[in-house]
Amino acid sequence: MKYLDEYRDADITHALAARIGARVTRPWVLMEICGGQTHTLMRYGLPDLLPPEIELVHGPGCPVCVAPLEFVDRAIEIASRPGVIFVSYGDMLRVPGSRQDLFRVRAAGGDVRIAYSPLEAVKLAQENPTRQVVFFGIGFETTAPANAMAVWHAQRLGLTNFSMLVSHVLVPPAVRLLLGSPSNRVQGFIAPGHVCTVMGHREYEALSAEFHVPIVVGGFEPVDLLEAIAMLVDQLEDGRAQLENQYSRSVTRDGNVPAQKLMEEVFEITDRKWRGIGMIPLSGHRLREKYAAYDAERIFGAQEIHVEEPAECISALVLQGLKKPVDCTAFGTRCTPEQPLGAPMVSSEGACAAYYAYRRHTAPEAAR
Amino acid sequence: MCLAIPGKVLEATDMGFTRVAKVQFGGITRQVSLDFVPETQPGDYVLVHVGFAISRVSPEEAERTYELLRQIQEANELAPEEPV
Repeated sequence: MKYLDEYRDADITHALAARIGARVTRPWVLMEICGGQTHTLMRYGLPDLLPPEIELVHGPGCPVCVAPLEFVDRAIEIASRPGVIFVSYGDMLRVPGSRQDLFRVRAAGGDVRIAYSPLEAVKLAQENPTRQVVFFGIGFETTAPANAMAVWHAQRLGLTNFSMLVSHVLVPPAVRLLLGSPSNRVQGFIAPGHVCTVMGHREYEALSAEFHVPIVVGGFEPVDLLEAIAMLVDQLEDGRAQLENQYSRSVTRDGNVPAQKLMEEVFEITDRKWRGIGMIPLSGHRLREKYAAYDAERIFGAQEIHVEEPAECISALVLQGLKKPVDCTAFGTRCTPEQPLGAPMVSSEGACAAYYAYRRHTAPEAAR
Repeated sequence: MCLAIPGKVLEATDMGFTRVAKVQFGGITRQVSLDFVPETQPGDYVLVHVGFAISRVSPEEAERTYELLRQIQEANELAPEEPV
């Protein structure tokens, strides 16, 4: 397929890896923020092509992984109510709450459905006027405009049986937190190409300047990622720290303005708790007051639930790039995609799931 | 979650409040909302995320990158196997 095959070309991938090998003179720690990029790196075995000086650590860019446990429990509680049709992106169904997951709610008779697009939930609400349709609105800036469009359509259609449980998070506040942390080891970032497609890359220019760290906006295919790594290595070896855009076929400086406008119309910025990381100020969305009628937290009541994470799960450290999945004593034994302890083992973007799918047969040292 | 894949716009239609397209991804065709990239025309490639086109792929930028990559590949093929 056009714009995919060219960026999966084995010869170019190897040529880029050789170029990185020829350029690097000392160790560098790089982070890809987005879990989709983590999966590409692992699926194509790209760390094995890179010189040993390059260490890749994996960032918190997995909305399913960072949705707080309390939020998963709240979703489960709403989904269990009679009369509710609970609609979610598929990734979220197997994420463990403190006692169960959405799949078990469905097995116990709850009406839990998987949607590809949030507009499917709006359609379900139109078709089922006697039922309450609740959409689990998770995602980063890439997904927020689509979810905003669903709310906007519901209002335009005058629906009174559609609502959204909003758990959107924003990338730049998390990057700021990681860069400002005394334990930070990351010397260069690959910024998430699809988040930047929507938001543009101005926010990352500011981060690069503030922390004097090279940031390259990267795409999602193997050639994209190796080119982004090559650009980061060039900057680091030259002593430069600036924002560069590898994914220019989709990302512009200003991003997608109509998408940003709708997102701002429907949502406002609020503090959000990230699973494994904690409260990050101004790092997420909630529905604006004028869309309160579509806010599932208000409709179904928002009781504060406090629950403990499983003690053995080190996802907090994995999500901050401080540990690798294979450093976990439960990895691949007491924690698998079928029986996960933490969300990163479940999601198609979780770092633990990527290591489990592509590297669990590798010797522990080599798998790092 | 942030997965977005490129597809070719076969036709675009205004439908009341929204603009939708028929988009081809390899062997499959899906209906996609063009609300965020309303300027899209048939023949364009768009990146699609959860049923919405979020960008029009720039053929000029893709070609420029690809040309650069070809140069890297050629340089690599010409390079000696062992460092001299």
